[in-house]
Amino acid sequence: MTAAIATLPALLLAHAQERGGRIAVREKEFGIWQSHTWAESLDRVQALAAGFARLGFGRGDRLAIVGDNRPELYWALLAAQTLGGIPVPVYQDAPANELRYAIAHAGARIVVAEDQEQIDKILEVRGQLPAVEHILYEDPKGLRHYAEPGLRGLDSVFALGGEADGGGPAAFRALVDGVGPEDIALISYTSGTTGASKGVMLSHRALIATGRSFLQVVPMGPDDEMLAYLPMAWVGDTFFSVVVALLSGAAINCPESAETVRMDFREIGPTVTFAPPRIWESLLAQCQVKIEDADWLKRGITRRLVAAAMRAARATLQGGRPTAADRVRCALGEPLVFAALRDQLGLRRIRVAITGGAPIAPEVLEFFRGIGVNLTQLYGMTECSTPATVQPGTQVKPDTVGPPIPGVRLRVDEAGEVLIASPGLFSGYFRDPAATADALRDGWLRTGDAGLLDPDGHLVIVDRARDVSHLEDGTVFAPQYVENKLKFSPYIKEAVAVGHERPYVAAMINIDAEVVGNWAQRRQVAYSGYTDLAQNPRVAGLIADEIRRVNALLAPSLRIRRFVVLHKELDPDDAEITRTRKVRRRFVGEKYAPIIASLYDAGASEIAVRTTVRYEDGREAQVSRSLRIHTLEPETASAAPSRA
Amino acid sequence: MLNGDRGPRLRAEDVLVRFGGVTALSGVGVDVRGGEILALIGPNGAGKTTLLNTISGVYRPAAGRIFLDGREITGRSPDEIARRGVARTFQNVSLFGGMTVLENILVGRHIHMRGGVLAAGIYWGWGEREELRHRAAAERIIDFLEISHIRKAPAGTLPYGLRKRVDLGRALAAEPTVLLLDEPMTGMNREEKEDMVRFILDISDEWAPAIVLIEHDMGVVMDISHRVVVLDHGKKIAEGAPDDVRADPEVLRAYLGEAPVAPAAGAVR
Repeated sequence: MTAAIATLPALLLAHAQERGGRIAVREKEFGIWQSHTWAESLDRVQALAAGFARLGFGRGDRLAIVGDNRPELYWALLAAQTLGGIPVPVYQDAPANELRYAIAHAGARIVVAEDQEQIDKILEVRGQLPAVEHILYEDPKGLRHYAEPGLRGLDSVFALGGEADGGGPAAFRALVDGVGPEDIALISYTSGTTGASKGVMLSHRALIATGRSFLQVVPMGPDDEMLAYLPMAWVGDTFFSVVVALLSGAAINCPESAETVRMDFREIGPTVTFAPPRIWESLLAQCQVKIEDADWLKRGITRRLVAAAMRAARATLQGGRPTAADRVRCALGEPLVFAALRDQLGLRRIRVAITGGAPIAPEVLEFFRGIGVNLTQLYGMTECSTPATVQPGTQVKPDTVGPPIPGVRLRVDEAGEVLIASPGLFSGYFRDPAATADALRDGWLRTGDAGLLDPDGHLVIVDRARDVSHLEDGTVFAPQYVENKLKFSPYIKEAVAVGHERPYVAAMINIDAEVVGNWAQRRQVAYSGYTDLAQNPRVAGLIADEIRRVNALLAPSLRIRRFVVLHKELDPDDAEITRTRKVRRRFVGEKYAPIIASLYDAGASEIAVRTTVRYEDGREAQVSRSLRIHTLEPETASAAPSRA
Repeated sequence: MLNGDRGPRLRAEDVLVRFGGVTALSGVGVDVRGGEILALIGPNGAGKTTLLNTISGVYRPAAGRIFLDGREITGRSPDEIARRGVARTFQNVSLFGGMTVLENILVGRHIHMRGGVLAAGIYWGWGEREELRHRAAAERIIDFLEISHIRKAPAGTLPYGLRKRVDLGRALAAEPTVLLLDEPMTGMNREEKEDMVRFILDISDEWAPAIVLIEHDMGVVMDISHRVVVLDHGKKIAEGAPDDVRADPEVLRAYLGEAPVAPAAGAVR
């Protein structure tokens, strides 16, 4: 039905006409899933578009969106597009200063914010946002007595649109017809592992072409359910919750709050879900904690069956066949353990689970595929409307991110950098022609990732091109590869591997406070807080064991010799990782230079750190602490090769 | 919005409370209007909680009168006073540990529940509508206080800061016109305190009850209260705007102790 439709608002109109009574979006509010049909969605978008128009918003104008996933915010996004305007979703957890950058750079005339928290941040920097004329909020709580020019509730804009009576459906259709496929449908500010973030402009045509290609690999329909819980500012959310939902007619579900996502996920039981590796890692950690907490009998059975399932999955992924014994164990495991695990995780109805945004450890992939979740990888970037490659469920090769989706062409240049050509390419960086020229070369998008194509045409990503480095002896060293192995441990949340032009590999570790806290509690290890827990000698022992296990999987020259457990978590507010949790390697290298130096100073067993911690309210405090440098005994390092 | 023209929502006149030979409160009077936040401060044992207990009907004053919207409630039973719109939180959180957060908040609505054994037993029709109405009211409070993630958690398993928030939710469920908060922020860390301050301000904004707040954190008191009443040894020693009270010499003396003058010097010799 949607084959000829070329813009997102036109797709909404088509759904409202063809399946007006079906659910388009649900939101959990007041403890109950409240549903909105396609007809209602259209009605809301129509009213909002008329309201925005009355506020003077029009063609080419930008509308910033800040907040958790709410139906009203998605409607605002579509309403802006209907008027030929451009929605700009911004990270809702960013501090005021980061919000200011994106909103000011985009020159947004209207800001739609979820609640008081976001409004307070915007008002804090309003003096530096001269283009902003109207600030609209969805939730009026606490905002009743704010007297700020241009500040008003979104409900008043709905009302404004309702009374405007711009001629009803016919006028709306005229508006929709006025939007062209080449019009910009979205400006997405990239999280950027280097430098300032850039506004990626994506047209209706690019998003829809990419969505259609994706759906050829992963067919979806109106019976599918997705949970919209990833930040709206991440292009992945727009792609799935807006583009894919509008193309397939699938329903999207907005969780009650950030804290309830896991419960809401389980209540909905999505059939298709997309999540970055850190979510899959945390689901896995959650399973491992539950297994550890079980009594010895259940623990023993579960561990064995899960191990067998992972072995079987690995064998299948490598094109072989699991051993007969493992096949029996898997058959036993399905009713005894795996079905219950899937149910606990909310994956009971899952048809396709997709991971993307960063590389995933093969062990995580094996675990989920082992327990019967069809977890596949997607590779892509904002500049190509999200996916460039997707692994079809039947051809998952763990080392690759799959073949290109239809319409996408891949090439690896002389320097080993992956290049993409596709109808989904972006229309340029907003107000940054120099960066645009740098990213595009004769119609090919430079991804900045080093990779290669395997004989079957599947893409293998090695690392960020500029991160691939060499040890002192010339061994090629890809830090992300080592880090992903480390992050498979439930106890390790974040890891930074270093070794460029150094004699050996060393690592800086962030413990997972929840899992390690649980571990410490069970062993009656007392601690006062994160920093104290991180520096506990028994925790160091635990982490050392985990690293030894990883070392056994690594080539001898790439084994981690020394490590340090960091006193604080890497935090996007401190610019150490991006909001999509990618390590800003160069920045971390500079900030932690003294620690890294002591990792290579044979005489150092401790390093004193003084760091400035920035609290959420913007205050700063100095924390000083001495971190122990741990050395792994060389016999483990040399004993392991006999196993390899 | 202060309902200044309609007189105080809560008024206590010359309240005298004695426990045996001890005079806990003598001649204390306070006025609180709707939408107003009145802070009650004073050293330990000054009589702050006694005053709240007297207002809510737990203690019967030996003398003095208490009015709610101009109608006298002196000597009424606590449940009747609660039914007339006075709700409170407690210094030591008092929740049903084995019940969920939602159930605890529903308990707070008992004064609005009309059903008898018969209606509840038959359930369909009237009982069902009644339940839906109360559940919706409780859910609005859960949403307001941002505790949806613990809706189904037993109250006893929650950390202290969250229990205090649930206790506040239980008090709010009664839809009070007078809200008495007995040290809602003790034992909380900075972040939890900030949250609680925000909730108190939001409650004032949203429903404009008369709020009486006992709190030891002077930063909080100075920040959010419209007026401050200072008690010491059962007597009101100061009343006024936060800044005036802070500068009051009587108040400083009560908090910092008497300056050691003649008698102390005499003792040394």
